[in-house]
Amino acid sequence: MSNASATQTPGPRPARSRNIPPIVWPLLALAVILLFNLAFTRGFFSITVKEGHLFGSLIDILKRAAPTLIIALGMTLVIGTGGIDISVGSVAAIAGSMAAFMVRGASIAYLEEAAYATTPLLPVFAFALLAAAACGLFNGSLVAFVGIQPIVATLILMITGRGIAVLLTGGYVLALDHPRFEFIGIGYLLGLPFPFIMAVGVFVVLLLLTRLIPLGLFIQSTGGNSVASTYSGVNTRMVKLLVYLISGLCAGMAGIILTSDVKAADANYMGLWLELDAILAVVIGGTAMTGGRYSLWGTIVGALIIQSLTTTILTRGVQVQYTLIVKAVVVIFVILIQSERTREFLQKSRRKVPTSG
Amino acid sequence: MDNGEILRLKGITKGFPGVLALSDVDFTLKQGEIHALMGENGAGKSTLIKVLTGVHKRDSGTIEYQGTSIDVHSPLHAQGLGISTVYQEVNLVPNLSVAENLFLGRQPMTMGRIAWKSIHDQAAEILARFDLAIDVRENLGRFTVAIQQMVAIARALELNARILILDEPTSSLNIEEVGTLFQQMRRLKADGQAIIFITHFVDQVFQISDRITVLRNGRYIGTYETEGITKVDLISKLLGREYEKLSELEVSRSGAEQAEDETAFVRTERLGRKGTIKPFSIRVRKGRVLGCAGLLGSGRTQLASLLFGIEAADGGRMYLGGREVRIPNPRKAMRMGIGLSPEDRKEQGIVQELTVRENIILALQVRRGWFNNLSDREQREIAERYIEALDIKTPSADQVMKNLSGGNQQKVIIARWLASNPQFLILDEPTRGIDVGAKTEIQKLVVDLSNRNLAVLFISSEIEEIARCSSEVLVLHEREVVETLYGKDINDQNIMNAIAVRHVEGGEP
Repeated sequence: MSNASATQTPGPRPARSRNIPPIVWPLLALAVILLFNLAFTRGFFSITVKEGHLFGSLIDILKRAAPTLIIALGMTLVIGTGGIDISVGSVAAIAGSMAAFMVRGASIAYLEEAAYATTPLLPVFAFALLAAAACGLFNGSLVAFVGIQPIVATLILMITGRGIAVLLTGGYVLALDHPRFEFIGIGYLLGLPFPFIMAVGVFVVLLLLTRLIPLGLFIQSTGGNSVASTYSGVNTRMVKLLVYLISGLCAGMAGIILTSDVKAADANYMGLWLELDAILAVVIGGTAMTGGRYSLWGTIVGALIIQSLTTTILTRGVQVQYTLIVKAVVVIFVILIQSERTREFLQKSRRKVPTSG
Repeated sequence: MDNGEILRLKGITKGFPGVLALSDVDFTLKQGEIHALMGENGAGKSTLIKVLTGVHKRDSGTIEYQGTSIDVHSPLHAQGLGISTVYQEVNLVPNLSVAENLFLGRQPMTMGRIAWKSIHDQAAEILARFDLAIDVRENLGRFTVAIQQMVAIARALELNARILILDEPTSSLNIEEVGTLFQQMRRLKADGQAIIFITHFVDQVFQISDRITVLRNGRYIGTYETEGITKVDLISKLLGREYEKLSELEVSRSGAEQAEDETAFVRTERLGRKGTIKPFSIRVRKGRVLGCAGLLGSGRTQLASLLFGIEAADGGRMYLGGREVRIPNPRKAMRMGIGLSPEDRKEQGIVQELTVRENIILALQVRRGWFNNLSDREQREIAERYIEALDIKTPSADQVMKNLSGGNQQKVIIARWLASNPQFLILDEPTRGIDVGAKTEIQKLVVDLSNRNLAVLFISSEIEEIARCSSEVLVLHEREVVETLYGKDINDQNIMNAIAVRHVEGGEP
């Protein structure tokens, strides 16, 4: 790591960092991780084509990043309003369990395996996403209308949500056998893993939603100054309700992908701690936790950084007990280079060096 | 140290980006003196105290303390020097006991353990000096603000305060509590304690202080012996007039016969809310500026908040263009064509992180609704139009709002409302904390707005600008509209008298 970064940083950097768009910093971090692999991990960049599908470490990163990415995109809007949604992991578990429950014909009883394959998929997705939407509306109502602090409001579902998911699965790991349903998690479209295509779809929809209607402006003004927004007539409650609804739906989609990917719904472990990776992806992507300005593009880069890092650590064969520590160190590094203060500090010390030498 | 001077501030200047908060301010404090520091909001009282207590670093000027020139680096340093401040919101820990609060950070220890017995005995003894017989083991938060304040003062004195600064100590106290506080202040004064008393209550200053220093717009107006100044004089110093030569503004004045005008665009009949503002009946006409004068706390802002739905009225009626309306929230107010530029620009007006363009189009976008999005091109056009029309000084429409000066931020907020095309615009202290030059521009803008056939309600703590800009003037006192001035009656002197008369009448004990 130190080798790679040492070869990167000494290049001349423009003195006026203010004009550099903020997305440059997470992109830089991603580039460093990828360059490290280019130098040290053999075959990391090789992509092969098998039966029209692309395979390779990079493609694997895109696929594995998808659930975190989808959740993180919804989370970006929530954080943009100055809130946070820590229930997303549990909401994913609810939606995933609901999907499994519906695939099994709305029953947790034993069924002939062949019978699974014929379950129509429309109600499966509809009920899973409805459950997720209900969760989002619940969170949103608590925050927007009851006025509970976001972290406390969503803590409620974070904890009880898993209980609800366990109720749906009856406490079993519900195994599935439904080729068309499995396509969501392991299928390929246009040569790319379907979960990644879904993530791109969510990104495009959210980008359009925030630009074609003034949702983006209202999110940023609500997060930037809620009182001033109210005084300007912005319906800040509606804005908050909407972002938690969107976050819930995103978590729901991630839950469906997770269930489909492993062909089973395990209510206790599905999406566990996913909220933390999602929040991390948002922060690494350059969106401030205080609300106001957010960047969906940045979140994509953030999620890719986290997944590249995880994949790198795994392929490097770092012993399991150290993986989290390595991850933590890199994350701290990435967040530090984004901080304006750190950059000012570095610039100052750079300026001092030439005058003394 | 001749004539017992303990503190001498000279030529203190402090600027923040875009505004000069203090400009060449002098202040002296004597041993055994209660010195009142007065000024309206934004006059620079708290900035001066923050410079003195090391919260802000002064740009220039000297602080001489007990005969030596000092630099105060931090509030803790100030405390160490013997300069202690008791703030309006008591800065103690409510969920610790009274005794713990008194000894926080310097608990007496015996054998490595906190000597509780000694703490409690000493605490009771200290408070006895303040005639406070309370259980010092109770949590501080369980007592009234008055008692908490007394504990805070006791703590400050225990920390060997040579200078005690009381920042608006009476604003949350009732009359008896104020009496007790004053009694204690007199006792401390008799002991030789030097006290700086910051307040906006004119009557209290006359009850308790020896000298009065008045600041206005960050400038030093003067220091007066309390015995040698009248209430009317003091009020005129507080509200003052700008000494800069200002061009006359063309203002259409309304005549008194319009008092009962039923055709006024905005009309209220005994509109009011208990505990906020007493019922008021006003008329705001299109093409006219209704000025709203009164001292701090007289209810100016509350009147605006009722008209804009920030607080809902609980009595009376309001008519807009002849139709009776009810305004439960700002969103509704805005839909009806009402706009408000709020008093606290930073907290309620601007969205600092967003660009000038986004700040300008915000209200218009709200008015157009969710499904009628302004394109980037439209946004830019509108923003640029208003940047030019109001002469907003910004490098570009995409500049982040927080980089603008106060005056230009104010213009952006006015632009925000103009863009949304309102019929009635409320401007609450639009010139506060703005440099003098920019002030004149805003004043011109206010008159200009009325010339565009808007109905304008113009609230200000500066009599001079009210008189310059208004077609008619409301005078508020103790949350009540007490007088309306029309036509030729509108001038500094009459407005001042209207305010002062109530103070002299109602203020005498």
